[in-house]
Amino acid sequence: MDLIAGNTYYSILNKQIKTLAEEPREITVRDVYGQRYIGCGLKSHTKLNIYGTLGNDSACYMDGATVEVFGNAQDGIANTMNDGKLIVHGNCGDIMGYAMRGGELFIQGYAGYRSGIHMKEYMDKIPKIVIGKKAGDFLGEYMAGGRIVVLGIGLREGEYAAGKFFGTGMHGGRMYIRGPVREALMGREISAQPLDDDDKAFLTQVLKDYASYFGTDVSGIKLSQFTKYAPKSKRPYGNMYVGN
Amino acid sequence: MSLQLGWPDYLVERDENKCIQCEVCAKQCANEVHRLDPDTGKMVSDDSKCVDCHRCVALCPTRALKIRVNDLEFKPNANWTSDAIKEIYKQAATGSVLLTGMGNPKPYPIYWDKMLINASQVTNPSIDPLREPMETGVILGRKPEKLEFDKRGRLLTKMPPQVKLLVPVMFSAMSFGSISRNAHEALARAATELGILYNTGEGGLAREFYKYGPNTIVQVASGRFGVHADYLNAGAMLEIKIGQGAKPGIGGHLPGEKVGEQVSMARMIPEGSDAISPAPHHDIYSIEDLRQLIYSLKEATNYTKPVSVKIAAVHNAPAIASGIARAGADVITIDGFRGGTGAAPQRVRDNVGIPIELALASVDQRLRDEGIRNEVSLVVAGSVRNSADIIKAIALGADACYIGSSALLAMGCHMCQNCYTGRCNWGIATQRDDLVKRLNPDVASQRLVNLVSAWKHEIEEMLGGMGINAIESLKGNRLMLRGVGLNQKELDILGIKHAGE
Repeated sequence: MDLIAGNTYYSILNKQIKTLAEEPREITVRDVYGQRYIGCGLKSHTKLNIYGTLGNDSACYMDGATVEVFGNAQDGIANTMNDGKLIVHGNCGDIMGYAMRGGELFIQGYAGYRSGIHMKEYMDKIPKIVIGKKAGDFLGEYMAGGRIVVLGIGLREGEYAAGKFFGTGMHGGRMYIRGPVREALMGREISAQPLDDDDKAFLTQVLKDYASYFGTDVSGIKLSQFTKYAPKSKRPYGNMYVGN
Repeated sequence: MSLQLGWPDYLVERDENKCIQCEVCAKQCANEVHRLDPDTGKMVSDDSKCVDCHRCVALCPTRALKIRVNDLEFKPNANWTSDAIKEIYKQAATGSVLLTGMGNPKPYPIYWDKMLINASQVTNPSIDPLREPMETGVILGRKPEKLEFDKRGRLLTKMPPQVKLLVPVMFSAMSFGSISRNAHEALARAATELGILYNTGEGGLAREFYKYGPNTIVQVASGRFGVHADYLNAGAMLEIKIGQGAKPGIGGHLPGEKVGEQVSMARMIPEGSDAISPAPHHDIYSIEDLRQLIYSLKEATNYTKPVSVKIAAVHNAPAIASGIARAGADVITIDGFRGGTGAAPQRVRDNVGIPIELALASVDQRLRDEGIRNEVSLVVAGSVRNSADIIKAIALGADACYIGSSALLAMGCHMCQNCYTGRCNWGIATQRDDLVKRLNPDVASQRLVNLVSAWKHEIEEMLGGMGINAIESLKGNRLMLRGVGLNQKELDILGIKHAGE
């Protein structure tokens, strides 16, 4: 089923998508010019193909659908996403994956500031964010669970895959970053840790998925180039208070 | 350190002639103050552990117990009070932030108590609510500027989403986690019976409570705990929590100790991990961003439910409220600095924010000046203690009030301000199974219904006294209020005259 977004206002477009999504089907939306909230709350039986630019807060509260974007995405995508898959063949703006609880988010290129803030996990729901090139500052701030991977593909000499202050206040989950980081500028609540077998299996699968989604040759990426960052404590502020 | 030892805040007095060594006090005290001394066969107490919650006093079968404030005083000093000295000792010993619970206890002015309500005499006679109909219901949500009808009188205007309250009272946001499951159930059931709403707080919502949905406000705060599409659609109204009166500008931490199996399920986080709500929503750095979140909630609920935005009463509240109204909120909730909390840093609770009475008056005036008052409803919180406070709030311009501390008191809270310890002996602010079962949801919900029903009747009496038969006619009717002992600036801000004028 095809839709043309064009200049359609977001609330009308989203109503059309929601109506179509009542039945299990694949929906292709073309000429998307940054309409907001596309895929908001969508359930598992929907596959959305977006051609153009995905607008702010798209895939918010998404609950199982698959959204593939052939273009770039704006700010706040996958906000509080519960489940599903969002694949962006391009770059995305700031605060992607805020408070995301489940599902997968694959960004082929760059991600803006504050990605994966307050991501969390619960039982078998372990959300995953994979960024192909480079992430902006404050990556995974207050992260309480889930996995963030930054592949650092095609960086220039002297560029870092993770921006400043990544993992500040982090108290759950793991981050895998390829290449060196500026230790003086990373969150104080995390530490670098060696990869164990589970980490290696996880990263191998991530690279395989990335290659299959984007057709990228990842053979030059070695697991030994990754470092795992995990919180030093589940309760970074446990001793901050005294009862009065 | 010896500076603190032996310095109990309260003294437990036991009448040895009345004590029958039944050990009820020992069994009831989660703070482990009382124990039976096996050598002497007598009950003894460790006063330093007592928080003055009165559980033992209330349950002692022979009324042998009394708690009083320790009268051991430092040398009298108006500046260095004993609290000020003891707090220094505590922080010097621990290096920690002082943590406390419930609302601001400091002797700041309470403007409710400096406003008096009018009544009719002779002309415009008063109305007897016992024999005349009285409308105490209010409707929250955006009100259209004009209504259009077709020739046969049918409404053409598409009404924005609204909710109706039978009394202008709602139960404040108190999360499952900060309060117990039984307390949560009592609030939900009482709200349903009363035709009002209760609020989930930022604690998510267990599936067993979805049946109270038509009387539920589901909250979305910075941690987004338990927020998902079904949750958003479970309630009658949504609320974005930006700030809280007891701790404006800072986030919240539910300590890992309180995150047991049930709380973990509702919040959707692992057991035992801290639930940290950051101070800001990291996706909201501007009014435009707030608008984006408001509309994402509207999208997720298909524009069927009003969205409230809750802020703490702070210095610039009127300008902020104007922004919130223009961002598309249907309801603005303002929480004053005397509002309660499960846990807050004491310095913040006691020093940050402004009184709700002043914030309410200035916000209502600002929205009216800008011609957008009809676009939002105004709900106020932050220590509404009785029906007269509600009448005064509505006359100052509120549509409805939230009650939190009053509701907890109705359920049995004794205001010991130790909610953050998780050892609430009354089964309210705790997750310990043995304590939670002390609060019977049947009894607690009935007491809440009793309280609000009593207030409803008092509201009707006072409305009738003013010669008004519908609460809507009191809204913003500041001529019904007069100030006593207020200076001109205070009167100007409240928009009322002095008594005698």
